Amino acid sequence: MAILIPTILLAIIAIVCAVLLTLSVHFFGIKEDETVTAIRECLPGANCGACGYTGCDGYAKALGEGAEAATNLCVPGGDKTAGNIAAILGVEAQDVIEQVAYVACNGNCNATERKYDYKGLSSCIAANLLYNGDKTCTFACLGYGDCTRVCPKDAIHVENGIAVVDPQKCIGCGMCVRECPNHIIKLVNDTVKVVVQCSNHDKGAVTRKACTNGCIGCMKCQKACPNGAVTVENNLATIDYSLCTGCGACVEVCPVHCIHEDNFICGAH
Amino acid sequence: MLKELILILMGGVLINNYVLQQFLGICPFLGVSKKVNQATGMGIAVTFVMLVATAATWPIYHYILAPDYTYLQIIVFILVIASLVQFVEIILKKFIPSLHKSLGIYLPLITTNCAVLGVTLNNITAEYNFLESMISTLGVGLGFLLAMVLFAGVRSRIENCPAPKCFKGVPITLVAASIVALAFFGFSGVVENLLGA
Repeated sequence: MAILIPTILLAIIAIVCAVLLTLSVHFFGIKEDETVTAIRECLPGANCGACGYTGCDGYAKALGEGAEAATNLCVPGGDKTAGNIAAILGVEAQDVIEQVAYVACNGNCNATERKYDYKGLSSCIAANLLYNGDKTCTFACLGYGDCTRVCPKDAIHVENGIAVVDPQKCIGCGMCVRECPNHIIKLVNDTVKVVVQCSNHDKGAVTRKACTNGCIGCMKCQKACPNGAVTVENNLATIDYSLCTGCGACVEVCPVHCIHEDNFICGAH
Repeated sequence: MLKELILILMGGVLINNYVLQQFLGICPFLGVSKKVNQATGMGIAVTFVMLVATAATWPIYHYILAPDYTYLQIIVFILVIASLVQFVEIILKKFIPSLHKSLGIYLPLITTNCAVLGVTLNNITAEYNFLESMISTLGVGLGFLLAMVLFAGVRSRIENCPAPKCFKGVPITLVAASIVALAFFGFSGVVENLLGA
């Protein structure tokens, strides 16, 4: 008896709790869509936002509820994830257009100077608040490594005063793109062969004074391009990648070497 | 009477602060204190769970377990608290999904939060009546909330500090926690003397 009563007592309390919980699930519970859960499990969980949603949960929800039709938006997951999602939803798989980040600035320590001695927090956002940063060029990479700190794959590092992306490691999530206070990190498709490594919109003479590697808007690239892909807009060369064939004519004529030929095709995926 | 209640309340908040003086409930204290708004949400959730747990466990102890089966109190209280947390989670998921999302894994962990079990057991040991128990629990909950919010503020400062590499992350957080706890030692005796009790 000494054992029986406490055991029964405990069992009764447990059963009462169980009944109450079951009832509360019945009245207040939300049914989770199984498709959403299955899709969510396919996604890598980096919550990077490259798909345009707030995170993996958001994308899974949009796909599961039919608000989003494209299964190939997850850049970090690559073709494999896209294939899995397509299989769950029963649609044809599409390849992911893989993207890679590049820093549109070549104003390294040899090319630009510091206009003042910055002693504050070692962060680009903080430095940028003080007269647009300590570099002579106001569009420059400040080199305090905010992008390095957000990169989930350790793919971006500050070398000689500017951030440099390792395309082999970059998964194209775009976290550095959103973090950079000067907005000079850009995402391009990894098939791109030529990039303009400058973001300076100042007039040529001003740019020249601030940085020896800056685009001075001389229009040579525009004239040299056989396909009309390069245009100088607002004192900065821009490339229309739908027309660019990667011939490299603009790279050769650029007097300040701010157009670079690069092999972005990455092996990370 | 009122004076005693205030004493119990303030004692829970400042002097016997569960996190900083008795070192109960350290898991959420370190886990969810990265952002002030999350810490506030967690503090309120724990306070709520504590209040509901006390409201449930006090009658269970005094009307079911006492006087013969008081040795069952720990196991019964754990059972009741676990069910309550599950219940709170269902309610949160339904009505405040954003808070549910930001609390994440730490919400189910309130189940095993020793601060919740601790406060219910302490109320029994201190032989409080029902009202005193609720007031004491409210004080402990508010103390937890206060510690969470204070520490979240401290941590947001640490994030931007150039700590030595070997101290980065958890070590510097624990050092900071100990300093905040030290600061709370200053409160001992203050409340009693203020109210002249």
